[in-house]
Amino acid sequence: MPETITIEVWRYRPEQDSEPAWDSYEVPLRKEWAVLDGLNHIKDQLDGTLSYRWSCRMGICGSCGMTVNGEPKLSCSTFLTDYAPGPVRVEPMRNFPVIRDLVVEMGDFMAKLPTVKPWLVSGDDEPDEDAEYLQTPVEMDDYKRYSMCINCMLCYSACPVYALDPEFIGPAAIALAQRYNLDSRDAGAEDRRDVLASAEGVWACTFVGECSVACPKDVDPAGAIQRYKLTAATKAVKDLLLPRGAR
Amino acid sequence: MSTRDAASSEQRLYRPPVSLTWWLRKPSYLLFGLRELSSVFIAWFVVYLLMLVYAVSSGSAAYQDFLDLSANPLVLILNVIALAFVLLHTITWFGLAPKAMVLRLGARRVPPGVILAAHYAAWLVVSAVVAWVILR
Repeated sequence: MPETITIEVWRYRPEQDSEPAWDSYEVPLRKEWAVLDGLNHIKDQLDGTLSYRWSCRMGICGSCGMTVNGEPKLSCSTFLTDYAPGPVRVEPMRNFPVIRDLVVEMGDFMAKLPTVKPWLVSGDDEPDEDAEYLQTPVEMDDYKRYSMCINCMLCYSACPVYALDPEFIGPAAIALAQRYNLDSRDAGAEDRRDVLASAEGVWACTFVGECSVACPKDVDPAGAIQRYKLTAATKAVKDLLLPRGAR
Repeated sequence: MSTRDAASSEQRLYRPPVSLTWWLRKPSYLLFGLRELSSVFIAWFVVYLLMLVYAVSSGSAAYQDFLDLSANPLVLILNVIALAFVLLHTITWFGLAPKAMVLRLGARRVPPGVILAAHYAAWLVVSAVVAWVILR
């Protein structure tokens, strides 16, 4: 194993650059080092001006999403040795405006997320504060996978539909809506329907499937979206054919 | 203007352009492009079917004209390409079905492979019925 590896970093310094540029750094190659450790080495030892987001270093905070050799990855769980002898190319996540270096503007996702009401909606007008809302393991299995989302936005970075149509609500927001729709304690499916069943909702998706490939938590947003398509279509047919009471 | 809009207009955001060849970057992106394109060929098959129905209803001379048109090498090539795209559309559509359909038998989920196989079986049955109607 060579002792060092070259990391090529996509740089954009808005106060001085009008166009992005590449900077190369030589960092130690250690088997326990992730790309994020390489970037931290650059920041601490080589070039303090490099900007990027990170927090937990253990794949749960969802801050350190980047494009590593063309693929959307969490830089804390992508290891340098897998790219030896290098170089490793690190770019910001695709499909988002860039604020600086590897830091993207995520306002679009933050604005879309609450539109699908990703929280438990109570069916009772005045819920009993002491009541327990019990759930069986089988009921929990229905949505558990979708609840693993860490909002890292790698799925948006992987999605060509989002790249072409920025109005698309996107994989994570729909997976999170399904996380609550499929929860036996939730009564908000009808509230979410207008947003999910719209042209910018599930129907914008053409099942490329790259969101599920990119997902570091195995959420399968592509599956969540296809499943809601069937739900939305069934509901639309029922609305058309059945009297109000029987829907 | 909200505070977020105000903040982002002060930042000089860089918006990376979408490259013209983005669809060549991954096989799945190419497949996505081809599947979108398949709608054109499916539309052609609908038109072709309507032409057939019109020719049949207009008498034997019109039907013979339709057969002559269909035997034209250019139309033949077009139809072979269209068939390939329709197959692509069908196969990828069936690939989606197990994701969309979550069926339960009691507490157990029906395996995705079974749902996929059921779709192909249904396709086979419908094709056999159509073949029987035409060839009998």
